[in-house]
Amino acid sequence: MHELSIAMSIVDSALEEAERRDVTIDAVHLEIGLLSGVVADALLFSYEMACSGTPLEGSKLVIREVPIEVYCAACESPRILSSMQWFCCPVCGAPTSDVIHGKELAITALEVRDERRTAAAGSS
Amino acid sequence: MSAGPRLLEVRKNVLKQNDVIARALRERFRAEGTFVVSLVSSPGAGKTAFLEKTLTLVRKNYRVAALVGDLATENDAIRLARSGAPVKQITTGTLCHLEAAMVERALADWEIGPLDFLFIENVGNLVCPASYDLGENLRVVLLSVTEGEDKPLKYPTIFNSADVAVITKMDLCEAVECDEGVMRANIQAVRPGMRCFALSAKIGAGVEEYFRFLEQLAGCAVRGTALGG
Repeated sequence: MHELSIAMSIVDSALEEAERRDVTIDAVHLEIGLLSGVVADALLFSYEMACSGTPLEGSKLVIREVPIEVYCAACESPRILSSMQWFCCPVCGAPTSDVIHGKELAITALEVRDERRTAAAGSS
Repeated sequence: MSAGPRLLEVRKNVLKQNDVIARALRERFRAEGTFVVSLVSSPGAGKTAFLEKTLTLVRKNYRVAALVGDLATENDAIRLARSGAPVKQITTGTLCHLEAAMVERALADWEIGPLDFLFIENVGNLVCPASYDLGENLRVVLLSVTEGEDKPLKYPTIFNSADVAVITKMDLCEAVECDEGVMRANIQAVRPGMRCFALSAKIGAGVEEYFRFLEQLAGCAVRGTALGG
């Protein structure tokens, strides 16, 4: 369970951005690839803990899961895998290890407001 | 009142800090001509026995050292020191994986001189280490015959993040009725084309082949550096 340290990295990154742009963050949008090794539920749970006592307390984490996309050399085409237990082209069945998407672990957007919260840990 | 909430598009890799350190480590290893191998597996898969055997073999012809990660105790470092190679323990406390910064810190105050090979044994865990780049050239995932043939299917992410698979404890294969063919097929299912070795660190079978493979890979890597082969 390394989601707490991941959550803390997210909070650090988001706070840095909030500071730089002088805004308050209501929500953090995150992309998680199915091959990133991070479990969405565990991360949501950890996020709340990581936010507590920071200006992000009470903010939401919005997660978009990214499916595994591989390149099939036989079809010469990108394909979405239907199972992570079977790295084969879902159309022609050729095995492939060429992962295009699915390893993402990135903040993609922030929902922000221009007014700053007055207290460091604003109560809702 | 100012305007309501708005959506700000950003693109920030969550593990950027780790990736930056890992990249710097990789650059440094390349410049120094050190080939770095990391080992990941579940607890008890035989990483330490395998590493002890590897160190003993590699040490005959090369300058080699090892870093070992564990939540607690120096037991593995003490055990590995029997190989005669310099070994340093990284105790992670409660952290379930190694991060690039820990490798950097461990190397910072360790005067061991130039190395041909550095081995990094990760904390026994088939989940968390998958996400963290340590700056290694090669990531080896180990699984023992006692763990069941379907381990790769249960933990596809770590197998997908690794470069090579090693099936360990082959001396027990028959006793635990492990089907090596099925295990290999499952590895191929989650990582087609993955190089796979089957060996026993205890009786030594198969270790030589793996060692020659490492030598060959490292030779290529060293030739690519400014230091030359």
